[in-house]
Amino acid sequence: MVHMADTRPLAPPLTARAAGYVGCRTCGKATPMPAEICPRCGSTLHSRFPRSLQRVMAWLLVGLMAYIPANLLPMLVTTTLGRATPNTIVGGVIELVHYGEWEIALIVFAASVLIPVSKFCVILYLVWSIHRRSRLDVHRRIVLYEIVEFIGRWSMVDVFVVAILTALVHIGFIAAINPGPAALFFALSVAFTMLSAQALDPRLIWDTFEQDRAPNG
Amino acid sequence: MHQGRKGQSRVQRDVTGPMPGESYLACPTCDVLYLEVPVPEGGRLRCDRCRTVLMTNRAGAMDRTLAAAFASLILLVIALFFPFLELSIAGVVRKASLLDAALAFADTLVAPLSIATTLLIIVLPMIRALALTYTLLPLRLGHPPAEGAGRAFRLAAHLRPWAMAEVFIIGVIVALVKIAGLASVTLGPAFWAMTALVLLVVIEAVSLDEWSIWQTLDRWRHR
Ligand SMILES: [Zn+2]
Ligand SMILES: [Zn+2]
Repeated sequence: MVHMADTRPLAPPLTARAAGYVGCRTCGKATPMPAEICPRCGSTLHSRFPRSLQRVMAWLLVGLMAYIPANLLPMLVTTTLGRATPNTIVGGVIELVHYGEWEIALIVFAASVLIPVSKFCVILYLVWSIHRRSRLDVHRRIVLYEIVEFIGRWSMVDVFVVAILTALVHIGFIAAINPGPAALFFALSVAFTMLSAQALDPRLIWDTFEQDRAPNG
Repeated sequence: MHQGRKGQSRVQRDVTGPMPGESYLACPTCDVLYLEVPVPEGGRLRCDRCRTVLMTNRAGAMDRTLAAAFASLILLVIALFFPFLELSIAGVVRKASLLDAALAFADTLVAPLSIATTLLIIVLPMIRALALTYTLLPLRLGHPPAEGAGRAFRLAAHLRPWAMAEVFIIGVIVALVKIAGLASVTLGPAFWAMTALVLLVVIEAVSLDEWSIWQTLDRWRHR
């Protein structure tokens, strides 16, 4: 059975910042300002991440820059009887479709194309909406933020596919599989966009509502 | 003041809101301030404004987290020392351990990826499982927290997105389908250990309640 706890908000919603407190995102403890280190868990405290949007955009930009060669260069180079066939990410998906492996093609497509591309779009949308202090769809934007935070790491699947194939199908066989430069660029792109999502402070999404409050907070 | 009655009462609450000496929590998603109250047994503390779950109080949650962390540690060790996959094409057999897979990129032009894959699928999941066990085991036994438990627990939190053992196993399955027509593959104990790890990652993610553990660590410090 699920009981709702008595959360007792200091209603109307009073934010830690407005009350002169800094909330710790690691352990939850709110500490009176000024405070730099959380007394409960030792994390560095920021009422809002400093230069959050700039950092989000910087990581996103390098992530995008890495994503372009990741798609243009070969991800896998298959050598059969001395003949080398390079395959890009999308080429690999098409090949899987040709073999009739629809489910697997879908997994690779989702992990390597769908998730990264929608992640770029969602982060851009969130940054833009925070920047123009939008009040629309706050709950939907929070859900988008949580999805992006959660799902980003799953993009790494294709890099691991290449690793396993390389380890298994090696020299000495009729066929050899070698990683292409795209594997490196793709892994970098995933890591950069993960850092981009981590640099986004979700509290900024709610901050536009604080304008309603008296300015003495 | 040009505000109506309602506006004024808001300002009032602002000033008298938090009282010194009381302990408060702030929602990590929307920053709303809450008085830190004990969560009732089986209950859950949700943010009023954004619905983020702040804390839970489920019976045996710490036991499950600790068991999952400790079991993942064992499974990772098994995965390291037992054969992972065995591939045979026309009588030629090739074995690959987990380390082979992680280091597959070592002698190729994308060699730096070897370090990354080793970290993501072996080293970081291990450090995280170790850190969780190190923090939770003394607490579970009723002992005071181990030296540096706070630092270990913070490390575990930071590493969470980067420990990708469960993502790796999806990659392995995709790879197996890709070479299914090319060769026959035998799955080794390490493969099953990694697959079981996925389940443990899920159990741990569901049962781990970081804020409660931080509260417990804090209580011990103020004894
Ligand atoms: Zn803290
Ligand atoms: Zn909230």
